[in-house]
Amino acid sequence: MSTKERKIRVLIAKPGLDSHDRGAKIVARALRDGGMEVIYTGLRQTPEQIVETALQEDVDVIGLSILSGAHSTLFPKIMQLLKKKGMTDVMVFAGGIIPKEDIPALKKIGIKEVFGPGTPTSTLVEYVKNSLSK
Amino acid sequence: MFDQKKLAEAKKRRQKWEKTTVPNWLRRHPERQKDFQTVSGIPLKRLYTPEDIKEMDYSKDLGYPGEPPFTRGVHATMYRGRFWTMRMFAGFGTAEQTNQRFKYLLKEGETGLSVAFDYPTIMGYDSDHAMSLGEVGQCGVAVSHLKDMEILFDGIPLDKVSTSMTINGPAPMLLGMYICVGDKQGVPREKLAGTTQNDNLKEFFAQKLCIFPPKPSLKLSTDVIEYCARHVPNWNPVSISGYHIREAGSNAVQELAFTLADGIAYVESTLERGLKVDEFAGRLSFFFACHNNFFEEIAKFRAARRIWARIMRDRFKAKNPRSMWMRMHVQTSGCTLTPQQPVNNAIRTAFQALAAVLGGTQSLHTNSFDEALCLPTEEAVTVALRTQQLIAHESGVTDTIDPLGGSYFVEALTDEMEERAMSYIDKIESMGGVISGIEKGFFQKEIADSSYKYQKEVERHDRTVVGVNDYTVEKDWVPVDLLRIPPHVEREQLARLERVRQGRNQQKVKQSLDKLFDDADKNRNLMPTIVEALKAYVTIGEITDVLRSVYGEYKELIVV
Repeated sequence: MSTKERKIRVLIAKPGLDSHDRGAKIVARALRDGGMEVIYTGLRQTPEQIVETALQEDVDVIGLSILSGAHSTLFPKIMQLLKKKGMTDVMVFAGGIIPKEDIPALKKIGIKEVFGPGTPTSTLVEYVKNSLSK
Repeated sequence: MFDQKKLAEAKKRRQKWEKTTVPNWLRRHPERQKDFQTVSGIPLKRLYTPEDIKEMDYSKDLGYPGEPPFTRGVHATMYRGRFWTMRMFAGFGTAEQTNQRFKYLLKEGETGLSVAFDYPTIMGYDSDHAMSLGEVGQCGVAVSHLKDMEILFDGIPLDKVSTSMTINGPAPMLLGMYICVGDKQGVPREKLAGTTQNDNLKEFFAQKLCIFPPKPSLKLSTDVIEYCARHVPNWNPVSISGYHIREAGSNAVQELAFTLADGIAYVESTLERGLKVDEFAGRLSFFFACHNNFFEEIAKFRAARRIWARIMRDRFKAKNPRSMWMRMHVQTSGCTLTPQQPVNNAIRTAFQALAAVLGGTQSLHTNSFDEALCLPTEEAVTVALRTQQLIAHESGVTDTIDPLGGSYFVEALTDEMEERAMSYIDKIESMGGVISGIEKGFFQKEIADSSYKYQKEVERHDRTVVGVNDYTVEKDWVPVDLLRIPPHVEREQLARLERVRQGRNQQKVKQSLDKLFDDADKNRNLMPTIVEALKAYVTIGEITDVLRSVYGEYKELIVV
């Protein structure tokens, strides 16, 4: 489906128990201001809830935000569930406090990009648009 | 405050200066910006003069340290007597690991403990709950039952050190465990000193670690305040917190106003228990952030003390000056730290810590330079602690009380902070108070808007963040190996939890949980029963589950 026909649909999700939602909310707002349809489901979503919402809302993109250090446990679960549901066409990116040395393993399981603090929101908007038009 | 004739002369001179000296200079040397503002958007003048504080009534507005309205400080001699408590927030992995960190910090000269709990503990889940997966010991120490707490404070005499605990929903449980550890060490309850954060109201719009809905949450906070007033008199039962409001994205004025509004709600709720204001107000304590804008932060701390003293005296008719004092803990601002060029964070933190000291704090945590990357390493936390020791021993700022008092600028900014905060507080009152504001999403929206505004300012380069949107480098220099929590932490924690569950008197466990349900159902103060349950090694998760069954769980009101 071409991005011209319908707005890009993005789910911004916070897995894990941490409650630092400042970044997730800023990203949600910036993508919305960038012309996308953004669904933000709030704190402490389980992998099952995230994948279910992504399915129900028919999203093109999932942005995962986590700052607790549980990414190496929770991200693989989310990616496995997406695979199981046949949702491998959904683009997944992540942000938060994620150590650099963890990033290669996350990319290996299908997370397209990991953004750290200080990333301009304009970079994210561009990134999402570009990676979907490819 | 000033001789009218001399003031008039000063005004004339100012007008002349503005008409001649300034424009002459500006023609060749334009200013860096069209206008200047604090982070909160308070417009800043080029220069402040006696005219800006001509309305000041020294005795009424500033007074003397140790006396209401405490603008210049809560103690009569401030840091000439004793420095602030150097209290480093610490906690990771198992109770054993954190106990080692505590002992290290005490050896290096910190003067009070501060416990960071992991997310499962904070949310009232035991380490083996499904929601705890991957989180055990990651962002704090895992504590599920009294045995964990006994290990956490092993070899640390509770009558010699004060302890602050960042815990809100489960505050009754963690205070209860501390009391139990004290009992085992033979420390009488009136000798226990420290603080439970126990500020559940700000959770709904700032820290967002909510377990129960707003009303039962306020009830639990009040249980702790009431219980301490009656049984643990040297404990600060609540630390009314602006820190998380600020970190969530508010500006300094909002932080100040929302915190004080929460304070009012706690006083009202405790008065409803039949306690008199002078029986508990002296033990209410506060917690603020110290962000980047040096003078705005100092003005915020000074204004906070003055407003609180006025509220307690005029509105709640406190008689004891101690009921009017605002003692505060300050933490340098985590959200100002950057993972880019992390060593710069040590310098940021030093400026913020200096502002906190000039603002008259009673207790201080300084962030470690590696905290935008991971939990603090021992090397980085040592630098952070040394920062406080440098300010205390080398800078000389501690030798005179409130050295910035009387500065035209600082006093004018203090007045401005007070005025703007009061106007917010009136607005909150008119919408029916804090709980009503939470339910309407008022605070959530205010904070989200400020946070987005700040981010946009950074992206437009209206605001320079060194190393992020200017002065960037290709490769960051990180002088430490980042602290990682290994997987065996979770395994060890789960094994201990299992052993504790097996080894306890099951009948006692059941009895105490039944009693707890009954107390909660009948709206009694839960503290005494919780203490008894903890002694029987009932876990935090089991206690919280009973309370969830009575109070229900909070469903987040999402405001983007």
